[in-house]
Order: sequence, then C-alpha cells, then structure tokens
Amino acid sequence: MTTDLPPGDAPPSAGPGTAAAISVEGLRYSYPDGSVALRGVSLRLDPGERVALLGPNGAGKTTLALHLNGILAVQEGAVTAGGLEVTEANLAEIRRRVQLVFADADDQLFMPTAAQDVAFGPANLGLRGPDLEARVAASLEAVGAGHLAGRTPHHLSTGEKRRVALATALAMDPDVLVLDEPTAGLDPRGQRELIALLRTLSPTLLVITHDLGLALALCPRTVIIDDGTTCADGPTRVLLADDELLARHQLALPYGFDRTALSAEPVEPA
Amino acid sequence: MHAPDGFLNVGTAVATAAVSAGAIGLSLRHSRQELSDRQIPLAGLTAAFVFAAQMVNFPVAGGTSGHLLGGLLAAVLLGPATGCLVVATVVLLQALVFADGGLTAIGYNVLNMAVVTSFGGYAVFLAFRRLLPRSASGVVMAGGLAGGASVVLSAMTFSLEWLFGATAPVPFDTVFGAMVGVHTLIGLGEGLITAVTLSAVLAVRPDLVAGAADLPRAALAERGHWSARGALWAAVLTVAVVAAAVSQLASSSPDGLERVAGDQGIEGSSDAPSTAAHSVFADYATRGIDNEQLSLALAGLTGAVLAGAVGTGVLASARRGRLAGGATT
Amino acid sequence: MSGGHRPPVAGGVATGAGPIQRLPAEVKVAAAVAFVLVVAVTPRGALAVLAVQGVAIMGVVALARLPLGFVARRLAVVAPFLVAAALTAVVAGGPRIDVGPLSLSEPGLRAGVAVAAKTLIGALTSIAVAGTTPIPDLLAGLGRLGLPRPLVTLAGFTLRYLDLVADGLTRRRRAMTARGYRPRRLTQAGPLAASLGTMFVHTYERGERVHAAMLSRGFTGAMPEITVHPRPRAAQWATAALLPMVAAAALAVAWAGPGLA
Repeated sequence: MTTDLPPGDAPPSAGPGTAAAISVEGLRYSYPDGSVALRGVSLRLDPGERVALLGPNGAGKTTLALHLNGILAVQEGAVTAGGLEVTEANLAEIRRRVQLVFADADDQLFMPTAAQDVAFGPANLGLRGPDLEARVAASLEAVGAGHLAGRTPHHLSTGEKRRVALATALAMDPDVLVLDEPTAGLDPRGQRELIALLRTLSPTLLVITHDLGLALALCPRTVIIDDGTTCADGPTRVLLADDELLARHQLALPYGFDRTALSAEPVEPA
Repeated sequence: MHAPDGFLNVGTAVATAAVSAGAIGLSLRHSRQELSDRQIPLAGLTAAFVFAAQMVNFPVAGGTSGHLLGGLLAAVLLGPATGCLVVATVVLLQALVFADGGLTAIGYNVLNMAVVTSFGGYAVFLAFRRLLPRSASGVVMAGGLAGGASVVLSAMTFSLEWLFGATAPVPFDTVFGAMVGVHTLIGLGEGLITAVTLSAVLAVRPDLVAGAADLPRAALAERGHWSARGALWAAVLTVAVVAAAVSQLASSSPDGLERVAGDQGIEGSSDAPSTAAHSVFADYATRGIDNEQLSLALAGLTGAVLAGAVGTGVLASARRGRLAGGATT
Repeated sequence: MSGGHRPPVAGGVATGAGPIQRLPAEVKVAAAVAFVLVVAVTPRGALAVLAVQGVAIMGVVALARLPLGFVARRLAVVAPFLVAAALTAVVAGGPRIDVGPLSLSEPGLRAGVAVAAKTLIGALTSIAVAGTTPIPDLLAGLGRLGLPRPLVTLAGFTLRYLDLVADGLTRRRRAMTARGYRPRRLTQAGPLAASLGTMFVHTYERGERVHAAMLSRGFTGAMPEITVHPRPRAAQWATAALLPMVAAAALAVAWAGPGLA
C-alpha cells in the first residue's frame, strides 16, 4: 500500500465538490459524570491529507477520535465521514471507512494470534476463506509483520504490537486512519521505523500525538485542541515555530530540538 | 477444592455435569441480557482478573496462606449469571491447562465453585442486604458475610455429592463435618477479602458493583460507622458456634464404628461397580439406626438449603436479565 | 481449597511435534474424557486393571516426549489429594490391618489406593492433552465438541489477558513491598485486598476498551467465523480411540475372567 505523493507535502487540494474525508461541525460532548470534554469542535480533513492533532492531556483529543467511528454517539453537532453522517444506522459502513488505532495496542489485540486479530475486522465485513487469508497476509506484509502471523499478542514487543494493531485497522481497507499516540513507548529507532511505515500508507491520516517530531515528519498540517475547542489550525512548521502558541497550550518542542529544521524543507528520517 | 478424577463416581460426575451445563446455559442467556454485546470482553477480562486474583497469596497466620475463590465477589460485581460464567471459565481453564481439577470432575468442580458460590452466595447476599443498612457499608458487609457463606455452601455441596458418589468408605457425616468445618474457617478469609475488595471498588467506581445498583449516589457516598474489628469478632463467634455444632457430627460414635466394621466386611469384598444407590444404602444401612436418621436429616437439610439458595439466586438473576433486557433496545 | 496456582499460562504448554501433537484437539479431548471415564468406572478392587490403564497413559506421555520436569510440576497439583486418599486408609471404618506401625482400615486402604491411582491417571491424561495442544486450539476443539461459542471466545480472552492482569498484580505487590508492607496475618491483608479492588476496576475498564476496539472493527455481537478447521479424519479418531479402547479392553478382560481381585 504505497503512495506516490512525496512525503511530508500537502496533497493537491481537493475540489469544492469532493466530500470531506472527515467533517466535524460544532461537536459538543459531556461525560456521564458531567465533565465537559468537547465545547464545539469543528474540523475538516480532505481525502489524502495528513493532519496532526496536538494538545495537552485532557484537551479532548481522544474523545474527539471516539466520535469519528461512532464509539461515542453525537450529543450535539455533526460528524460525517466521506459525506456519510455518523449515526447508528450507518455504523457498519462508517466503521469500514474510518479506523481507529488505539493508544494501548493491548486493547486492540484480543485474539489468540496476530493473524486472527487481523482477520477479525474483515471477517466482520463478510470476508471468508481465501479472500480473508489474502487480506490478512497483505495487511501484515504492509506493516512488515508477516512473520508475526502465528504469534500470540502477549509475546510481542511494543513495536511489534503497534505494527500488528495497525495491520488490524488496515485490514478493513479504510479511507481514514485515526492514530492515537502511535509512537508512545517506542524507543527512538522504533519511532523512526514507525514514521517511515506511516509514510507509506495511503488513507487519510489523523494523528493524535505528543510527539512533535512525529507531527513534523509526517503531517504537513496541524490542529491544536485545548480545553475542548480548536485553538489553531495551520501548517505544522508554522505552528511549531510559534513558541508562544506552544506555551499557551502546554506544548513544547523536544529538548535540544534543532529549530532550523522548522524552516528547512522536510527531511526524510534516517 | 479443585477435585481431581477419582474422588466421586461416574454417576455423580455425569449428573453434576448435566446440572452445571444447564446452569452455564442459563448464565450465558441472563448474562447476555444484562451485558448485551459487552458480555464477551467484560466477562473474559473479569475471568482473567479472578484467575489472577486466585493466585494471590493472602497471609492467614503463622506462615500459612490462603486464597480467594471469588465466586461471590464476581456475582456481586457483575451479577450472579456473569459471576457464574466467570468462575466457571476459570475452573474450566484450570482443569484443561493446569490439570488442576480432573477432566471428569469438571461437572462437580464447576457446580461447587461457580454455580453454588455465585447463585447460592448471591441469594445470601440479597438476604443480608435486606437486613443491613442501605449504604456502601451495608453492601460491603453483606458481601463479606455472603462471601464466607458461599464457601460453606460449596463445601456442603461437595458433601452431598460425596453422599451419592463416594468412592471410599468414609461416611457422609465425617466428610460433611470435616469439609464444612474447614471451609467455615476458609470462609472467614474469603469473606474478609471479598469485603475489602468490594469496599475498594465502591470507593473508585461504584457503578461497577451490580449488587449496589439499587443505591442512589448519596447512599453510596456515605461511609457507615461499623468497626472492622467488631465485624471480625461477630464473624469469629458465628464460626465458632457453627464449627462446634458441626464437629458433633464429624466424630463417629464407637457404636457406629462397630456396625460399620461388621458390615463393611461384606461391602469391601464385593467389587461390583459402585452405583449411586449402592453407596447411599450401603453406607447408611451399615451406620447404625440412631445415626442414620440424623445423617439423613442432615443430608436432607443440606439439600434443601442448597436448592433454596441456588434457586433464589437463579430467580434473582433472571429478574436482572429481564430488567436489563427491557431497558436496552 | 487448593493452594496458589501456577504462574503465567504462557510458559510450558504444548511442546514438541510428535504424533500426539499432530492429532486435532477435539479428537484428543474426546479420547481423553472417554479414557478417564473408563478408568473412573473401573472398580476399586481391580488394581490390575488400573495398573494396565496407568501404563497406557504413561505410554502416551512418553510418546508425546513431554519433558519430565513439566510432567512432574503439573502432577504436583494433585499431591494434596493423594494425601487425602492415603488418609482414607486411616479414617475409614471396617476391619483393620496392620501395615508396619500403622493400623489401617482394610477397605479404606483398597479404596485409597484405587482413588490415588485414578487421580494420578486422570492428572496424567490432562497433562498429556495440555502438553501436546496449544491452548487456543484446545478451546476451539472444545467448541467443536459442543462447548457454547461465547464461552470459547470468552475463555480465549481470559487466556489472552491473564498474563497482563497477573503482571499488574505482581507489580502492585512489589510496589507495596518496596514501601515496607509485609503482612503476616489476615487482619493485615487489607491493602492487598484493596489492590485487588483497584485491579478489578482497571481490568473492567480494559474490558470496555476491548469492547470499543471490537466495535471499531465491525463487531455486532456474534464472533465471526475466522478459521475454518478441517474435520478430523476417521483415521485420527481411530488412533486417539486406541487409548480408551485399551482401558475398556482391560476392564472387559478382568470382568470376563475368573473374578476381579
């Protein structure tokens, strides 16, 4: 699953008639205990875009993500994926189009073997037999985890679990991939490998992360969410160069980060 | 308590397997009604929790350690049907994977450790809930007392199974006395651990305690003034009384022994496969008239108590399922 | 009540690649249950028959090339019950015989030996099955033998997350010990039980997240059919059936013969 887009660049802008890959309008959400998580978030992703979603803990990023595939029902506002509204009636199709990769891979790998985990999704879509096996094999290969097919998730390393979790989502052949903290817990090499892997993927990407280096390397556009609202939306390099903006939302570039990288052309990670 | 193969005869193994299978089928249905499509992940994860919790060494005294069984705890947390499913899964896995519990013993192991503790224990829990204050403390105490009772119920069930399916000439009374006596003590530990665990869950996520679902939030917040030490003394006293009463049965009178000796000679050399009827009448006809009636009365009472407790628990579970099934579309 | 159970499931199961390992799970389980049932029906006095049956299962264990250490560790679980069986020789009624310094009940001794034998044979059978079958296959095989599907999946999840939960408990315990917690009596075990409570909450919350992950990948309540397992061949059933048939044959021979002794 490769893309012919040069890495790190914005895709050619979609025409006005194209349905947004993801469209969120005025989304509000409060948890059962009364705490308000989202206070009117609006966001639009065009097909093929790669957008980083930044913000301090508790800003509402994960809550927003859980709306995108209907895990959380919309209380107020509207969410659509590829023009289709996220409602209970459309859930099956929504979940084919939008896939979430959770922060904790162990939550996502619940079957006895990696191959069975990857097969779970497409099997729910109705694939069987050789078609199912082919889909599983392709998905595992796409993340470089073909050799892990028969392994028990519990015995995999963090990086391997991340890859297989990604494969379980890719197996659904989604239009949109939402990744929640994909590099958390990975050592620097693991981070680089994952970033390189993510660059090869073709679905629209929304990456929730604290890893500003990841945002810079992968996503041309960044949205900052704080306290349940959208606070900034623009080119990643511009936003990350704005120290005051970062400080206001409790974000910080990694210690020792080379600022010249922000003004230079995007560099391929080693 | 994870009985291996060979301690009870085949008839008992098959009969208890049938009862357990029925109970599991019922549990699956009620649990599904309560939890809908969350049943598999929630019950599966909770079973992992119970399995792991059973491995925790709790110090008892003087270097000995005890373990949690967890049937009643699971029932109070998730409802008796799911609780039964959870512990049954643990028992099944322990037999399959660790040879902890025989393959032919699964029927009575599941019955004793999952069905009776969850459903029967839950009935005891409901009874105590009615008597105790409607607060978090009330739930904790009811849970603790029911937890202790659940283990005793489990021992009683095994004794009853021994009555019908013993493979060794040890009389029902002796087994009853020994099992119930020991398990009353074990029940103390189970009850205490259950109570404290419940208390901890109520403090963090009271909505996760099915047995407290009827309490409004205000009642849950209120912490009662019962003292842990007082509760412990009350429990110890109860145990002492029960143990004293039960030990009367455990001691065989010399007359009984002579009778058994005389007639066991016949029984010992007959090697026809033991059947249920053979065991009952062989052991009881040889026991001596004066003890026989008492033993049978005890067996009858035991059976009645167990049937009553488990039946009440199953009815309560069905009610929970109906309520939940009505609430969710 | 049995003592503490073994550490994590993951270790020490399903080793090797011999003929026993190759048999499908449902075939092995069915044969194992049939075998243990025949052993269970064998009368107390028929010690010769029990001996033959014991040799048969030991042969299977040997054929499976299971490591002795593995077998011994698993057998240790039934040790308390062997002790109980030995005790029936002391506690039971009936005519006494003297074995060395002890006065034992004669029928109790016979029964005790028989029960101990059956217990050991049963345990060896379970070990033979568990040692030659990966647990997920075992569960799937049980499903094909009639265990309800939701229960099979549920049990699978339990195994999948058992080590995670057990690790969590161990870490908590270690953290508590590091802060000087050394309970010696049940009344000091409060914090231990409290940690169980918080562990339950975490486990439940993980269950909710797993549910969300399942929904995200299209789960609608029933587990999809993922692997299609080929039906076992008649030859495989026949091979596995050898074990219970040998047991039954020994029993039949003894019955038909001059009388069981």
